[in-house]
Parts: sequence; C-alpha cells; structure tokens
Amino acid sequence: MNPALTELWPYVVLILCGFLPNEVWRLLGLVLARGLNEDSQIVVWSRAVATALLAGVVAKLILFANGALTTVPLSVRVGAAILGFVAFAAFKRSVFAGVVVGEAALLIGGYLFSH
Amino acid sequence: MSEPMSALPPEAEPSTAANFFAGLKSALTSVFFLVLAGTYIGMGALAHDFGFPAWWLAISSILVWAAPAQVILISALGTGASLFEAALAVTLSGIRLFPMVVALLPLLRGPGTRTRDLLLPAHFTAVSMWVESLRLLPTLPHQRRIPFCNGLSVGYMGTAVVFGFVGYYLAAGLPVLMAATLLFLTPMSFLISTANNARIMVDRLAFVLGLVLGPTFAYFAIGLDLMWTGLVGGTLAYLVHRFREALQ
Repeated sequence: MNPALTELWPYVVLILCGFLPNEVWRLLGLVLARGLNEDSQIVVWSRAVATALLAGVVAKLILFANGALTTVPLSVRVGAAILGFVAFAAFKRSVFAGVVVGEAALLIGGYLFSH
Repeated sequence: MSEPMSALPPEAEPSTAANFFAGLKSALTSVFFLVLAGTYIGMGALAHDFGFPAWWLAISSILVWAAPAQVILISALGTGASLFEAALAVTLSGIRLFPMVVALLPLLRGPGTRTRDLLLPAHFTAVSMWVESLRLLPTLPHQRRIPFCNGLSVGYMGTAVVFGFVGYYLAAGLPVLMAATLLFLTPMSFLISTANNARIMVDRLAFVLGLVLGPTFAYFAIGLDLMWTGLVGGTLAYLVHRFREALQ
C-alpha cells in the first residue's frame, strides 16, 4: 500500500467497522420511531443480547489482559473485579464505590504481587 | 398545586443559543460528567495500549459515540479480530440504540419539527444523554427541547473527547503499574455500570451468561466469539424470561 493509504487505513476501518454498523440502528430508529415501547419483545431481546455481549467483552478484558495490565497477575485482576463488585452491592448499588474499590484493590494487589 | 421541577428558569422565548447553552451547562454539572470522564480516561489508555492514534480515538468518540461499541471496536481490532467480526460485534452492541432513539424522538418532535432537525439528536443518542434527556426534556416547552438536547449532547461528547486525550497521554507517560490501573478502569467501570443497568431478571441473567460465555468461547478459540456470546447469552436469558412468564 502507498504511505498515504496506510495512514488513512485506520480511519477507513473506523468508518466501516465502527461508525456504520453502530449508526444504522440510530437511523433505523429515526425512520421507524413509532409504535415501539420498552416492553416490546424485540426490545427486551435486543437489550439482553447487548448486555451479554458487553459482559463478555468485559470478562475478556480482565481475564486475557493486554499491555501494561499483563504485569498484574490474573488472580489480582479477578480479585480486584470481585471486590469492586462486592463494594458496589454493599454501598447501595453505588457505581462510584464499586469502581474506586476495584481500582484501589488492583493498585495495591499489583504493588504487592506484580512481576 | 405543585409545579413539576423545571430544568430552566421560566423565561419568555429564550433564543436557540440560550437553550443550547442551558443544555451544555446541564451536562457539565451532572453526575454523568464524572462517569464519562472516568470511562474515557480508561478508553484513552486502552487506545494507547493497542496502538491506535490519539486522534483516531477522538474521531471515534464523535462518530461512533457509544462507549461499549468503542471498547468492542478497539479490543477486537487490537487483538487481531477480522474486520468482519469487529463490525458484527459493534452492530450487535448497537441494537440497543434503536429502541432508545424510538423512545426519545417523540419527546423532541413538535408540530413544526422536520425530520432533519432530528438527525443530530438521533446521532447523539447514547446512554448518558438518553437518561438525562428523558428526565429533563418533559420539563421544557417543546420548542426549547431540540437545542437543549443538542447542547446537552455536545457537553457530554466534548467531555468524552477531552478525557480520551487525557487518558491517552497519561498512559503514555506513567509507570507500568499506574498504566495498568488506568487500563483496568475500562473493564471495571463497564462491569459495574452494566450490572447497575441490569435491574430486571432477564438482563441480570444475560449479564452473568455473558461473563461466563465470553471468555469460554474465546478460550476454545471459537470463531466470531463475541457475536456468539451476545446471541447465545442474550437469547438464552430471553427464553428463560419467556418461560418464567408463561409459568406465572
């Protein structure tokens, strides 16, 4: 590939794999914005699919870490995520408490056990 | 008689710009400002880690404007998934935008509203903006809603772009453990916020199934593992939900 194309390629990929596949649902909503509510079956199903997909991505990011995160042992990463989740549940479903506790646990665990 | 809480002081016919800036101000003073800042600091670190340019992330925040889709796109492309698989995973995560747009637009559409006036609000639709719009728009007269909503959205999007850069350049210059902690922000905040959004049984079951199936499919190197995680986990949860409803 010529150099200009090589530099532009990530942006072409962004449009093709990020922008268009995502935007199509917004446009569809704009065109068909009638007669659907939060309880319709297709809405319940699509929310379940998106939730499962996102949970899968999160679990993969924690278990099969990349880059700097690989220096923190797997047990510390999983333990920190669990502690964060417990804090979230304990502090009246506070997202803030969950994220802060999880991050603190990773920092401390990483400091003690990093290789 | 109690008046409903209004997002704006009552004034006679404020200008479009005034409504826009009221929305902008509302964005920068809401709790989602903190959530977005944290999320996009993590996203910046993730993009840096996988070798994407900083501007690529900024443009993806403007064009894609959905943190889950961006995380999926960056991690899929960064771990060498095919373009087809990345696009498929993004589109599956984006389905949820469809009912959100469908629920939002009736609030924005007034007697003289043209469809092209709704193009920007439709593009801006994402979790943060949607939750705040559904809370605040009903308190405003119809003609003020679209500029207010656009201001709100630009406030959130600007926050995402700025803190994406912050995370990107922080990750570049920090010691390894600090960089690892920044990188952990993305899975941690998504784990908790997804759990928080899953308030009914079908969503909670889908959440747990996704946590288990995602790594399992990836471990056994099943092709299109992200797509199968979403479809199998989500559909199973949905079927259990239907089955339980039928029993009641």
